[in-house]
Amino acid sequence: MKAQRDVWGDTIVDIGHHDPTIVVVDGDLANSTKADKFAEAFPDRFIEVGIAEQNMVGIAFGLSTAGYRPWLSTFGVFMTHRALDPIRMLVSQTEAPVRIAGAYSGLLNGSSGKTHQDIEDLAIMRAMPNMTVLAPVDEFEAEAATRWAAEHNGPVYMRIARDAVRPVLDDSYEFKLGSVVQLRTGGVISLVSTGVQSSRVLEAAELLSQAGIHTRVIHVPTIKPLDVGSLIAALEGSRIVITVEEHSVIGGLGGLVSEVLSELPNAPRVTRMGLADSWSESGPNDFLLEKYGLSPSRVAEQVRAWLNSPVAGTGTVEQVVA
Amino acid sequence: MSKDAAADVSVALPHSPDLEELARLSQLVRWHIVNTVAQSKAGHIGGPMSMTDLLVALYFAELRIDPANPLDPARDRFVLSKGHSAIGLYGVLALRGYFPVDELATFDRGNSRLQGHPDMKLTPGIDVSTGSLGQGLSAAVGIALAARKQQSDHRTWVVLGDGELQEGMVWEAVNSASRYELSNLIAIVDLNGLQQFGWPADASRDRFDRSDPWAHVNLRGVFEGFGWNVLDADGHDFSSILEAYSAASDNVVRTSRPTVILARTVKGHGLSFTQGTYKWHNGVATDEQLQIARNELQIEETNR
Repeated sequence: MKAQRDVWGDTIVDIGHHDPTIVVVDGDLANSTKADKFAEAFPDRFIEVGIAEQNMVGIAFGLSTAGYRPWLSTFGVFMTHRALDPIRMLVSQTEAPVRIAGAYSGLLNGSSGKTHQDIEDLAIMRAMPNMTVLAPVDEFEAEAATRWAAEHNGPVYMRIARDAVRPVLDDSYEFKLGSVVQLRTGGVISLVSTGVQSSRVLEAAELLSQAGIHTRVIHVPTIKPLDVGSLIAALEGSRIVITVEEHSVIGGLGGLVSEVLSELPNAPRVTRMGLADSWSESGPNDFLLEKYGLSPSRVAEQVRAWLNSPVAGTGTVEQVVA
Repeated sequence: MSKDAAADVSVALPHSPDLEELARLSQLVRWHIVNTVAQSKAGHIGGPMSMTDLLVALYFAELRIDPANPLDPARDRFVLSKGHSAIGLYGVLALRGYFPVDELATFDRGNSRLQGHPDMKLTPGIDVSTGSLGQGLSAAVGIALAARKQQSDHRTWVVLGDGELQEGMVWEAVNSASRYELSNLIAIVDLNGLQQFGWPADASRDRFDRSDPWAHVNLRGVFEGFGWNVLDADGHDFSSILEAYSAASDNVVRTSRPTVILARTVKGHGLSFTQGTYKWHNGVATDEQLQIARNELQIEETNR
């Protein structure tokens, strides 16, 4: 198992050998994000801006006007929140080829707690015109998505997890922008997830299967632009759709899937599981996943509880995991 | 001057350091500012007019540019960080030949290349989209850094407002420019001493009808402390402006520091009813005021 940040660091170094336009603009976190690998390999194409995220975006934009295609290296939370206005003005509105590597994405950031947990990034970035929003599941997809983004001539935001998860793909995987990936087939219940949470949801499905509940698992690596047809095809025949994400239940994957299905006749209702509309805390990964309902066993437990609840299938309530 | 004659200016006036010619161009630009905003019924006046002479001097006597080839990689870059003063830049770009003077009439009208704030995707001659204040200098740092990496000797010029300097991102960029020894970066601060509303009058410190935003701050000392070359200029005296531009250009090759020109200006300069007041930050001139403007700027009736 290899962490996505290591994969990203190694991949941009590999790309750097044949692509002279790639530069990395760092916010004093290269040894966390693993951009330090690039700094060592290509010191002339590594630009340390220091602890100034808005300025990072401005400088990356300026470099892009001269033919460079920068990657921004910092914790995603500082991009999607602190540097949001420069991203909006200088990257999204201008369609600049600036790639935002949103490191330490989601809830699990090495015990830094709520200040550093980015659990609103997908909602924020998918509302941004021209922005491609990616959330790869494992090391293989992280590499494939990084290579795709390196070739893309527009803005990209990509979630990159700090810690390794159980891989669900392999090195034959080909990333296709927009397409969903069916990780598990069978049944009328579909679990839809994104990012590294898809790996944990697949484990949850295995636990449910042992209890006689058969579910599909659909992984959505491209939050934007989503190939709606590929999602609908993967959901065909589903009667219950449950989204699960390492993100707020507001506006992320659950919002996306709800929007898509709300426009279809006779579509199944969508139940959104994820982080409640509140703040989390510092703690080890296992603790956080357990307490906030994202571990495989907790996801399985909540799915079972939902299926057994008297309102399941009546289309009258939504479930938000507390 | 006839409408046709005004349009001809862009063709007739090449790169020229003739001070009287520059002054005449500034009058034309100021007319276009106040008249265009009056016709479109909304827009900024005070900021565009305080920077007019700075931009006219830059575009007609300093920048290494070719309006016929606005994307020439070797061109000097220009960033209007105080993007709300766009109409002033549009006036200068039109007279310099980037687009027809008549096109100014489309400003803010819908389906126009001339947006309320500069848009590099739409308008020839705009190098960076701006509008949310405080972002232009960072973009310019990136451009200047790229020039260094690519061993290109073009310069990057930025105009900032003194109100805009309140944005923290500006100082992040000020720090980076110094850290990367970007002597090819030249910032001009339009120190008109007023902003949209700002602070009420203070008897000992005031400039015009509101308090100077930097009344208690030694801006020269601040920039010097960040490692910049600092030059002063009277932003309405072409000799002073051109002298500062010349010194700044020398600094590009003589020093390893970025240069800032602190240009003292008057908000709304050039018209009796707009200058020296925060109340004309935005404004739509009445027909009567337009007539006053025509007289004061010596614009003939036949010009639109």
